[in-house]
Amino acid sequence: MLTTIAAVTLGTLFLGGCKPKTPGSVETGDAASKVYVAPGKYDEFYNILSGGFNGQMSVVGLPSGRVFKIIPVFSVHPENGYGYSEESKPMLNTSNGFVPWDDLHHIALSTTKGEHDGRWAFGNANNTPRVARIDLTTFETAEILEIPNSGGNHSSPFITENTEYLVASSRFSVPIGDDKQRDVPIDTYKENFKGTISFVRIAPEDGALSIAFQLVTPGVNFDLARAGKGKSHGWFFFSTYNTELAHTLLEVNASQKDKDFILAVNWKKAEEYIKAGKGIKVKARYAHNKLEHGTQIAKSTIREEVIQLNIKDFPDIAYFIPCPKSPHGTDVDPTGEYIIGSGKLAAQIPVFSFTKLMKAIENKDFEGKFDGMPVIKYESALHGIVEKPGLGPLHTEFDGKGNAYTSMFVSSEVVKWNIERLEVIDRVPTYYSVGHLMIPGGPTAKPHGKYLVAYNKITKDRYLPTGPELCHSAQLYDISGEKMKLLLDFPTIGEPHYGEALPAALIMKKQVKFYRLEDNTHPYAVKSEEETKIERKGKEVHVYMTSIRSHFGPDNIEGIKIGDEVYFHVTNLEQDWDVPHGFAVKGAKTAELLIMPGVTQTLKWVPERVGVFPFYCTDFCSALHQEMQGYIRVSPAGSNVSLKYSLGN
Amino acid sequence: MKKLFKSIGILILSAGIWYGCEAPAEEKGSSGDENLTAGQSAVQDEDSKPNVVQIAVGSADHTTLVTAVKAAELVDVLSNVGPFTVFAPVNEAFDKLPAGTVENLLKPDQKTALADILQYHVYVGVIRPNMIKDGMSLNQVSGGNVTLAKSGDEITINGARVLGSVEASNGIVYIIDQVLLPK
Repeated sequence: MLTTIAAVTLGTLFLGGCKPKTPGSVETGDAASKVYVAPGKYDEFYNILSGGFNGQMSVVGLPSGRVFKIIPVFSVHPENGYGYSEESKPMLNTSNGFVPWDDLHHIALSTTKGEHDGRWAFGNANNTPRVARIDLTTFETAEILEIPNSGGNHSSPFITENTEYLVASSRFSVPIGDDKQRDVPIDTYKENFKGTISFVRIAPEDGALSIAFQLVTPGVNFDLARAGKGKSHGWFFFSTYNTELAHTLLEVNASQKDKDFILAVNWKKAEEYIKAGKGIKVKARYAHNKLEHGTQIAKSTIREEVIQLNIKDFPDIAYFIPCPKSPHGTDVDPTGEYIIGSGKLAAQIPVFSFTKLMKAIENKDFEGKFDGMPVIKYESALHGIVEKPGLGPLHTEFDGKGNAYTSMFVSSEVVKWNIERLEVIDRVPTYYSVGHLMIPGGPTAKPHGKYLVAYNKITKDRYLPTGPELCHSAQLYDISGEKMKLLLDFPTIGEPHYGEALPAALIMKKQVKFYRLEDNTHPYAVKSEEETKIERKGKEVHVYMTSIRSHFGPDNIEGIKIGDEVYFHVTNLEQDWDVPHGFAVKGAKTAELLIMPGVTQTLKWVPERVGVFPFYCTDFCSALHQEMQGYIRVSPAGSNVSLKYSLGN
Repeated sequence: MKKLFKSIGILILSAGIWYGCEAPAEEKGSSGDENLTAGQSAVQDEDSKPNVVQIAVGSADHTTLVTAVKAAELVDVLSNVGPFTVFAPVNEAFDKLPAGTVENLLKPDQKTALADILQYHVYVGVIRPNMIKDGMSLNQVSGGNVTLAKSGDEITINGARVLGSVEASNGIVYIIDQVLLPK
C-alpha cells in the first residue's frame, strides 16, 4: 500500500501561482535609494551578525547589507591563520583539547545603563559550551571561556544592563559531578540530569570573563534569555522547554504539556548568597583563553573549580512562570516592564508584567510546584495575550515607541503589535521562514529604531540557485512609519541566528589602525631587519623574520634538515593602516599567516622532503608584492650543510 | 480497509491532472518583479517530493479542502518546512456538515473562523502511524487539542476514521472521513 502512495506523491503536480499577490507590501520604486550608500560613503549602522554553524561573526553595514569582515571566533579561519598560527591555537583550546569548530548563535553587545556603549561583542558556542568576547576596537576575538557542567550552550550570551554578567545556560541538561555521578543510564534523566545557568562576570575595566557562580536547576532545556532592565534590573528571564524532562524523541515527547515555563531569576539575590558564602565549591574542568596585549599570543589556562547554588535550596532566587507551548524567545521591552514569551508552538503571545510578577511573588500567588519549587499563577503574572498573531512566534524586538515586532517562523512573517494594547498593527511577509529578527538597539533600553532585519532560514527561489546548499538571507525593512516596508534582501554568511546593530558613530572613531611595534613584547619579535636571526635548539629551528614592503628578512635560508621543526616567527614592521603581510611556505600543512602591522605571528613547518622551498607574501601589499618571496633549503637528516641566512647578498 | 484502497485509488487517478489555479506561475527572469510578493508556495520546484499542500491539491478527493485552504490563505504556511501532520478530510466529509456550512465559511468575513477550523487539522511535528498511541493527545496549530485512538490497524482522530496516509516532503497527510470541529 505504501508503495502505491509513494507513486501518488511522485505524480502530484506542482502547485504554483496561487498566492494572491499583495501589492503594497513591497516598496520597489524608492526602496533602492533608501539602501543605497554612495561610493565612499559610510553605512549608518554596524550589524554584528552571528554565523551559526560557521562559528564566526560577520560585520555588515546597514542599510546597504555590505559585508566588511568575517571575525573568526570559535572556528578556524584559513583566511587569516586564526586557529592555525601558534599564537591563535590556544584560543580554541578546551577541556577536550583543541576544538576547531563551533556553532555561534547569538550576539550581545555591551551596554551601560541598558544602552549600547560600543565596547565589546559577545558570542556563544552552542556545541562545546563556550562564550567569547570580541574587542570592538580591533574586531578580534580577545577571550574565550569554556562553560563546565553544560551539555550545550544555546541560552547565551545575554547580558545584564550594565554588562555586569553574561549568562550561559544549558540547552542540553547532562548529569554533572564526578565521573561516577556522570556515568549514568540515559533513562535516569529525571533523577540525574541537571540544567545549569552560569553567571559569567565581565570585568568593567577590561572585559575579562570569569564564572562568578552557577545555578543548578532541574533538567529542563533552556532556550533563550533576557535580562531585566530599568525597573526589572536585577532579574533575568529564561525560556524553557522540555519541562516534560524527556530524553528521547523530543519532537513529540517535549511537546506534551500545554505550558512550559519562563524561569525568573533574581540574580542580585543570588549574588548576595554567594557573597554570604552560601555557594558550594565544586570541582570542574574548563579552559579560559585570553589574548595577551603585548605579545598578541593567546594563553590558555585550565580552571578547576566553580561555585554553585542549587535553586532548590534558595527558594527566593528563582520562580517558574507558566508559558504556553515550548517558549523560544523571552524578550524584555525597553522599559523593563513587559516580558514577551513566544511559545513557538502556541497560537498566541503571552505578555507578562514585571509589576504583576513582583506582586504575585509577594502574595505567594502560586498555582503549584515544579520539582518542589513554586510556580507562579499564570494569570497573576500576565499583562495580557496577543491572540492569533501568526503561526510559530519565535522572537520579539522593540522600537522604543511602544511597539513590539515578532517573527513568525511557520507563517513566514513579521508582525508588529502594540504592547500596551496587545493589538496587531501590521504584518509583512518574509522570504521565507524567519528565525530571529533585529532592530538596531532592539533589545536595549533605548532602541535606535529605523530598520528591522529579518533573518530567514529558507531562500529557495530568492537568488540564483547554487546547487543543494543555498545561502540564508537577511531582509531589511523600513520601520520608521506605521507600516513596515521591505527595502532589501541580501545573502549572509553561514547561518545567521541573532545579530545586533549599533550606530557606526559609536565605534568607528575608536578603531585601531595598526599595532605599535614598540608595544610588541612577543618573545620572538624583531623590531628591525638588523635583529633578524635564526636559532637552532636541537631539532627546533626558530626563524626571527621580518616583513616590510617588499621583502622578507632573511629571504634565503639554508641548513634545515629533515626531522627539523621550523618556526617562522614573522614580524610585520609596517606602521601603517591596511598593510598586513601574508606568509606561506610550500608544503605547510597549515594555513597562511596574515600578520597585522606591528604584530608577530608564527607558522610551524615540518619539512618532509629534501629540496628548496619558496615562501611568499600572500596579501597584495605593494607594487612589488610579486617580488616579495624567499627560499628555504632542506637537506637530508645528518647532512653537514651549515645553518645560514641572508638578505640581499 | 476497502474504503482506504478506494480513496487512494482516486488519489492515484487524480495525480498529475491538476493544473494549478487560474493564473499559472510566471517564469521568473532577472527582473525579479514577480517573486517580490509571491510566498513560499510559488517556489518553482518540480523535482522535490511534494509538500502537504501539493499532495492535497493532487487529490480529486480533497477539492473542498484545497478551496478552503486557499480561502484561509494557508497555502504558503503549509508550504513551509514545517514539519506538519495534516489531517485532511475528504470532500464527502465536508458534505456531511449541515447544509450551507462550507459556503458560509468560504465567505471573506469568515476567514478567521475558517482558518481556525483548518488549523485544528494541523499539528506542527511529524507523527507517523507507528508513533501513534491509543489516547494520544495533540495540541494543534489552532491551540485546541485532538485525541487519537488506535485499535489494531484502525486509527481515529476525535472519532474521525483515518483512511490512509501519505508521506510529504514537509510532513505527513492523514486522509480522514470527517471534518474535525474545535471543541
